[in-house]
Amino acid sequence: MDLNLTAVELGKKIKNKEISVVEATSAYLDSIEAKEKEINAFVTIDREGALKRAEEVQGLIDAGKVTGPLAGVPVAIKDNMCIDGMLTTCSSKILSNFKPTFTATAVEKLQAAGAVIVGKTNMDEFAMGSTTETSFYGETKNPWDLARVPGGSSGGSAAAVAAEEVPYALGSDTGGSIRQPAGFCGVTGMKPTYGRVSRYGLIAYGSSLDQIGPIAKDVTDCAAILEAISGKDDKDSTSVKETGDDFMAALTDDVKGLRIGIPRDYFGEGLDAEVKAAVMAAAKVLEEKGAEVEEFDLSLVEYAIPAYYIIASAEASSNLERFDGVKYGYRTAEFTDLHNMYKKTRSEGFGPEVKRRIMLGSFVLSSGYFDAYYMKALRTKALIKQAFDRAFEKYDVILGPVAPTTALKLGESLSDPIKMYLGDVYTVSVNLAGLPGISLPCGYDSNGLPIGLQLLARHFDEKSIIRAAYAFEQSREYKRPAFAVERGL
Amino acid sequence: MSKVYETVIGLEVHVELATKTKIFCGCSTAFGGAPNTHTCPVCTGMPGSLPVLNKEVVNKAIAVGLATNCTITRNCKFDRKNYFYPDNPQNYQISQLYYPICRDGKVEIEVEGKKKYIGIHEIHMEEDAGKLIHDAYTDSSLVDFNRSGVPLIEIVSEPDMRSADEVIAYLDKLRTTIQYLGASDCKLNEGSMRADVNLSIREVGAEEYGTRTEMKNLNSFKAIARAIENERERQIDLLEAGKEVVQETRRWDDTKEYSYAMRSKEDAQDYRYFPDPDLVPIVISDEWLEEIRGKQPEFREEKKARYQEEYGLPEYDADILTGTKKLADIFEETIALNANPKKVSNWLMVETMRLLKEKEMEPEDITFSAANLAKLIQLTDDQAINSTVAKEVFEKIFAEDIDPAQYVEEKGLKTVNDEGALRATIEQVIADNPQSVADYRNGKEKAIGFLVGQTMKAMKGKANPGMVNQILKELL
Amino acid sequence: MQITDETIEYVGILAKLELSDEEKEQAKKDMSNMLQYVGKLNELDTEGVEPMSHTFSVHNVFREDVVTNGDDRENMLKNAPEQKEGAYKVPKTFE
Repeated sequence: MDLNLTAVELGKKIKNKEISVVEATSAYLDSIEAKEKEINAFVTIDREGALKRAEEVQGLIDAGKVTGPLAGVPVAIKDNMCIDGMLTTCSSKILSNFKPTFTATAVEKLQAAGAVIVGKTNMDEFAMGSTTETSFYGETKNPWDLARVPGGSSGGSAAAVAAEEVPYALGSDTGGSIRQPAGFCGVTGMKPTYGRVSRYGLIAYGSSLDQIGPIAKDVTDCAAILEAISGKDDKDSTSVKETGDDFMAALTDDVKGLRIGIPRDYFGEGLDAEVKAAVMAAAKVLEEKGAEVEEFDLSLVEYAIPAYYIIASAEASSNLERFDGVKYGYRTAEFTDLHNMYKKTRSEGFGPEVKRRIMLGSFVLSSGYFDAYYMKALRTKALIKQAFDRAFEKYDVILGPVAPTTALKLGESLSDPIKMYLGDVYTVSVNLAGLPGISLPCGYDSNGLPIGLQLLARHFDEKSIIRAAYAFEQSREYKRPAFAVERGL
Repeated sequence: MSKVYETVIGLEVHVELATKTKIFCGCSTAFGGAPNTHTCPVCTGMPGSLPVLNKEVVNKAIAVGLATNCTITRNCKFDRKNYFYPDNPQNYQISQLYYPICRDGKVEIEVEGKKKYIGIHEIHMEEDAGKLIHDAYTDSSLVDFNRSGVPLIEIVSEPDMRSADEVIAYLDKLRTTIQYLGASDCKLNEGSMRADVNLSIREVGAEEYGTRTEMKNLNSFKAIARAIENERERQIDLLEAGKEVVQETRRWDDTKEYSYAMRSKEDAQDYRYFPDPDLVPIVISDEWLEEIRGKQPEFREEKKARYQEEYGLPEYDADILTGTKKLADIFEETIALNANPKKVSNWLMVETMRLLKEKEMEPEDITFSAANLAKLIQLTDDQAINSTVAKEVFEKIFAEDIDPAQYVEEKGLKTVNDEGALRATIEQVIADNPQSVADYRNGKEKAIGFLVGQTMKAMKGKANPGMVNQILKELL
Repeated sequence: MQITDETIEYVGILAKLELSDEEKEQAKKDMSNMLQYVGKLNELDTEGVEPMSHTFSVHNVFREDVVTNGDDRENMLKNAPEQKEGAYKVPKTFE
């Protein structure tokens, strides 16, 4: 079987009975088995469950009960989404034995669309990181260069798709955690508008910023997956009923008249020259296809990271209080009293980056500092949102890089947290403003590493970015990662 | 000369709202289930779970706010209050700090004929915690989350009270108001109403407030009164000894009648409140407010006036009957079944009150139905039973809510109205008591009372007293 | 802003984290650097700007007051580190 098929292509072959669900599932499970020692994209692989489910789904397809484009297609889920009865760790020691009693709404929706879950993917612990190196279960490697990081925090999902271990995966994006690893791994990832996809069952990092989205090989897959997982959920007060959710209708290869803005302030100091060139070339392609492309000043770009780290850390410090050794998860072996149990459990159960953010978040919310930090950050967030609102008065789509560089070497960024945070400069403001964004490959640097292009649109206007991304995609060639090519896998 | 002190008291009153489900999930709020049988991922703080607000909680909170003359916050929000404790499953409590649903209210109280307003600073909505049970065998604690997520409102008063009597009048006012609304049963002993007392003292005439303490674990009006007196004395002793009152939370032990500071290094009391990002704002429209205003019931003062006017009840009786919603409800329901209001009032004021006192019950604990009280009154109106029998039957109704007609029938308690049977018994009584008969005939009118009593005794209390009198006089 | 030992100790109590001496030194350094970095926001004039929690205008999301959940105790207790008689067991909380 050709592992390089997109999810929608595989779905078609299954529908046409060219390939069975069990065959497809086995092929990907074998692919995982062959590659995992080197990639480590998964925390949990559920071979038995997946094969059983594959048979069941085949029956449903044969009976005409599931008919969508993803019916029978295997998928991997980032390990911060709950699946009833399946180990869900957030790549943390503190949840090393946790099996949820319910399934995340987005995952349930995929299941209803006939998805076959093959396992849970590795991530930065509690989604805190940009490299997938903070995982308790070891770092994930970039399939383009095993000495490099896949990005993060959804590095497992992005690497698994790039390495053809699975046709598509779900990730989550709080400050770039879908878009940046997609960019580093040469795949396509989409962060929907805040509220588009239910967060029920997503183990929260920064609740006002988190959003689940697809990571796949191309824009068509992303549109199909988003159609399956989006929608208002009664279990998530912040999920929204919105129109414009027929995403596949935007796959038109027509950008005539689409107004695209390029923020000048995204192209200053710190941006790698090769990345810059590839992104500008992509803009040119869209212009040639009939889009109106123009540069402009977005403003406030340098304030997004400080505001983001205050808000995300504050929310995380509260969201992660529930991990206390009482109801689920890890509990320290020996303790003298209640508070000693709390402290030892949490100190042993969380890794350094998580502790760093919990400490920062607790501090900025503490008495005497709340206004100076947290409220200041929320006011900055309002200003950043206004800056985007102004831009979207003139443009339908904002175009820029996903990250200042291509994938970094393993261990390169962990030593200096602030340096690592600076890598999020193009992605975090999108979460602060609640906007939709897509990341797709737009070229390769001199090391052969993929370069990511980011497109943004107004709230709930995912269709404009799908339209632009799809048009661009038609004019570029998809490359398989070096890892797979070299080994003949 | 010793200084004269004034006690300054403010109250934080928690009231459990009488909704069917919890504030943020579809679990039942029913009392008494086995541990953790009314729980779900939301109210046990499972990772990935999210809260969704129960609309009825907002309705009830607004109703209480309107009834206590508050301004309703038209755009209110929930915040997280962060602190670690095992009964708090997320280790943050969803509450309201920055935009509480109600503000700036007041209620009128009356103590020894003097009326006074007590200001309400704010009312906010929040979730209750679970319950901790001490396990003596293992010297550990067991957590039951059945109460976790039960909706609460916290009513925060201004520091406007100056005595235990005022505190109790204020609590009683809140309790009847909230009961009338059907927003809660407000039982202190079961914890559906809980009061924390903030108390400070200052010299009479001083402008500044003294340092206050917060007293917790007060489970009855009596405990509240005792704790206030005790804390007042403790603070005066400290000041007189030249020491300072420390701002702290204290726990009252009602059996030992003293309080102790709840302090620990691990309890920093820095709750790091911030807006809960999992919940969206509540916007309260004019229409919504009007809808709730339109459903507000007749409150105690209006009812009391109406009972006096419409039913001609004395003020005292009207006051007692409206003192709890339960009594007023039974009163009105019984009247609705065509019973005479004065007679109903009489049964509630005399026999019901006597039995409540005897059995150490609160009016809220009454279980008998209006229907059976109405039937009992009907039986006495029909002279089917006499008053002695009626009291006996009422005790049975009070205890078991029996059907009085059926009971009287089964036990053969019906008044004997059969003249033949009465005449035969009376003839025997006359024959057996020649001395009394002679006394009566010699003009001692009182002697007849003895003969009536003897007849009733012979008839086991079931004789119609009017007929007995009449036949006796005739035969004598 | 310089972070003192006392601050680290205090935040540790709030966050229920017990740091080793080495971790404390690191935390002091990290937090000082981070606070200095996020202090950049002070360059911005935010006078009169309303703090923004959510970027959308969604409000009044409610459930009806209807019981929807049954008893799932045994299933949920499977995750408990320690349990007894249907309850979660923790170190004693009573004096």
